[in-house]
Amino acid sequence: MVKAKSISKEFFKGFWEILPPFRLVLGLCPMLAVTKYVENGLGMGIATTFVLFFSNIIISSIKSVIPKKVRIASYIVIIATFVVIVELVMQAFFYSLFEKLGIFIPLIVVNCIILGRAEAFASKNPIHLSAADGLGIGLGFTMSLFLISAIREILGAGTFLGMHIMWGSYEPFAFMIEAPGAFICLGLLLAMMNLVPTKLNGAN
Amino acid sequence: MEYIVLAINAILVQNILLAQYLGNCPFMGVSKKMETATGMGLAVLFVMTFATCITWFFQHYFLIPMHIEYLQTIVFIVVIAALVQLVEMFLKKLIPPLFRSLGIFLPLITTNCAILGVAVLCIRKDLGFMDSLFFAVFSGIGFLLAIVVFAGLRERFEISFIPKALQDTSIALVTAGLMALAFYGFVGIDGSLKALTMN
Repeated sequence: MVKAKSISKEFFKGFWEILPPFRLVLGLCPMLAVTKYVENGLGMGIATTFVLFFSNIIISSIKSVIPKKVRIASYIVIIATFVVIVELVMQAFFYSLFEKLGIFIPLIVVNCIILGRAEAFASKNPIHLSAADGLGIGLGFTMSLFLISAIREILGAGTFLGMHIMWGSYEPFAFMIEAPGAFICLGLLLAMMNLVPTKLNGAN
Repeated sequence: MEYIVLAINAILVQNILLAQYLGNCPFMGVSKKMETATGMGLAVLFVMTFATCITWFFQHYFLIPMHIEYLQTIVFIVVIAALVQLVEMFLKKLIPPLFRSLGIFLPLITTNCAILGVAVLCIRKDLGFMDSLFFAVFSGIGFLLAIVVFAGLRERFEISFIPKALQDTSIALVTAGLMALAFYGFVGIDGSLKALTMN
């Protein structure tokens, strides 16, 4: 089955069809580590989207000059360049977020989603499609980070973006903001995502 | 004694996979079979030790004297990628049996965030060379321990009933969560050991 490739299709597939990290089980480390609070999750998502978008464009535009044997190394250097840009920009303008994300900003380099998209998509497709793919996957990733961090922050701390939103006598469920809660929350969400298509097919 | 506390801290209390969330992609990806999990764990231990030593030298004798610390991320990842290639070639020539068992995991290790993570953590914590070396070895052992235990648990899935929606990665994540909870029980051990050695 050959499908026509259009910008909108490449853009929207990142939101459901191959939504990271649920459909595409990659990039788990930031997904677990920086989703304690919504602010951190969103910051990480936007930083990753930036890197993914630009690295996809650059890799797609120079794909014909990169020798096949050293392609992975070349991709990593391109990605690392954008990560350094993000690092410096965040250090200059969003210092508190930079402090909170800590070691996970340099680790965007080894986020497998970015290298995965470079290898699987940008190295084979024209620039406009790669740009749409990078932006779509990046925003999908941001959305997932937002969802998980919202669940964890609301249940675990009783706050949303730092504002108290639960009732006064609410006891924060501290388990959710610790490491075990992260794994279990992600696992159960994944199970729910698996359940949706099953239910839809059952109804038909 | 100091190193025993460091070992307990890095292996059990601050386990790199379960408490620091580093290297979770291979943790989920290659833990279905005991042999592959052991291979991956050993490869990580091996590369992590070398990578941390070499990046430590690069940081202290190249980046800091030249005042280009902001290039740390690029330099480290290039060094690690080159190192992985070198290790692969050396093993292939010198120790073929080891290469056969670790070979397929080596290329994956470049993008394993535990390697870069430990290298960067050593710099951020301002550790000396010996401390960095031990920290890397113990973190690698922690990785090996966690992935082997996890593979042991996952092998049992094949003979147990799992609801359809929970199958595969989903149940793996929940299991990892329960394992993390078990490891969470070690919190405080390092503190009491430290207090014990002080007396």
